Amino acid sequence: MGEFDQLYRELILDHYKNPRNHGVLEPSDAQAEGQNPLCGDEVTVSVRLGDGDVIEEVGFEGRGCAISQAATSMLTDLVKGRTAQDVAVMEKDELLEELGIPLTPVRLKCAILGLGVLKLALHKAKGTPLPDEWGTAARDLVLE
Amino acid sequence: MAVRADKKLDAHRLRADFPIFEQTFHGKPLAFLDSAASSQKPRQMLEEMTAFYETSYANVHRGVYALAERATEALELARTKVQTLLNAPSAREVIFVRNATEAINLVAYAWGLSNLKPGDLVVVSELEHHSNFVPWQYVAHRTGAGFRMISLDDHGELRLEELDTIAADGDVKVVATGVVSNSLGTVNPVEALSTWAHEHGAIMVADGAQSAPHVKMDVRALGCDFVAISAHKMCGPSGVGALWGKAELLERMEPFLTGGHMIRAVGDDATTWGDLPHKFEAGTAPMAEAVGFGAAIDYLNEIGFDAIEEHEHELAGYALGKLSELPWVTSYGPPADRRAGIVSFNVDGVHPHDVAQILDFDGVAIRAGHHCCQPLMRKLGVAATNRASFYLYTIPDEIDRLVEGLHKVRRTFG
Repeated sequence: MGEFDQLYRELILDHYKNPRNHGVLEPSDAQAEGQNPLCGDEVTVSVRLGDGDVIEEVGFEGRGCAISQAATSMLTDLVKGRTAQDVAVMEKDELLEELGIPLTPVRLKCAILGLGVLKLALHKAKGTPLPDEWGTAARDLVLE
Repeated sequence: MAVRADKKLDAHRLRADFPIFEQTFHGKPLAFLDSAASSQKPRQMLEEMTAFYETSYANVHRGVYALAERATEALELARTKVQTLLNAPSAREVIFVRNATEAINLVAYAWGLSNLKPGDLVVVSELEHHSNFVPWQYVAHRTGAGFRMISLDDHGELRLEELDTIAADGDVKVVATGVVSNSLGTVNPVEALSTWAHEHGAIMVADGAQSAPHVKMDVRALGCDFVAISAHKMCGPSGVGALWGKAELLERMEPFLTGGHMIRAVGDDATTWGDLPHKFEAGTAPMAEAVGFGAAIDYLNEIGFDAIEEHEHELAGYALGKLSELPWVTSYGPPADRRAGIVSFNVDGVHPHDVAQILDFDGVAIRAGHHCCQPLMRKLGVAATNRASFYLYTIPDEIDRLVEGLHKVRRTFG
């Protein structure tokens, strides 16, 4: 497969055109939003937690490139049934393996936007660790 | 703007001057449609910089040996080339800086911090690049001055009828706009804004970063007080730009950066400042870069600004015509006869990042994003746009490849 076919393979386009778990949950137990300042991608993620802080439902909305929106859609499928604590330390590589495409550094930021926003939501609700993907930017967001 | 150049420009021939076009990207020749971000570099400019390093390099101004004098002459020759380019009254008024952003910050800090106070107004436009927006917003906040924007009409042109309403809110002290918009290609009425600014006792600051590469600039005709330009957008190297300012204003201003070279005498307790332009050139100058800047100006003069402007108008018209044939493409900004060689557009339902990425696979380089114009993006109601921008080496074939690529985008996301 060429680079083009890989990056825009069927699975990515399917998640982009038919996002899973789409829509912000009302009410929710944790919610956050974030932006990628380089390209203006935006994602809002909200979750409902059950016993033992297990993620029972997760919903997202956003606007941005296919990579950012498809990756967030895939992420919502991945994290359901896991605890907030587990997701807070989830490695980005797990999501990137799911995406299964080679990414340049710029597009990598698109791919992990939703993961960072989800970790931020959990941090705000449960005090779990901040997303290391974002460095100090995440701390600034929390302080707002 | 009906420009008729004496001699037309031959972009196919000029491309041979630019080594970058000898490469392929993803196996395709490079279609470089991002010159508004930064232009490519002609061999003539690169060779002159290399020659300076190989034959004339030493630190300027203070050395008494022959080599240092030669380097100083080269730097000062570059300064006079910028002076001539801008039709500035004096080379003393030309200050070498890192880029247009630094030039604007120089004015915002060195003039703004001392002259702005609560009740004053700083007026910019909704079109501004962040480089001519954020420094003014910041200095307005620091000094307590108000900060106002001239809004845009549906063509992306300034609503000058708002000016008097804005002036009713306070004492207008600064009017700052670009000469040409980097996002839409809009050509702003700087002469009229200068007149209006001066009627209100304000200074007029023109960001020429996007106009200097493409049209003959004349600071006396523009009537402004300061002009900022960057070499890298006009075939010169990165790392150097120029601020032109009226001597009587520059002389009354505090320094911006302090340190070596900008001083007259350094006492234990206090320091006095050097003469123009040195007062604003602390530290070792970007010497080779300034020499390259001068060489780039020579290169552009050789081609002729009228020919460059006419070529870009033709390309903008060609591109807008092609894009208008695609019902799933929205383009922004004024009609081709009132804009520079910049075209911003969106493909229905496809984020600009994806558009730019798919085009890249075919060797077509465009910019996708907010173009450092977030206020404008809010106005347009979009997060980002695609932008194709043209220069003297752009050929219609590159625009055809852009359009082919957009069809591929459409097929992928259809």
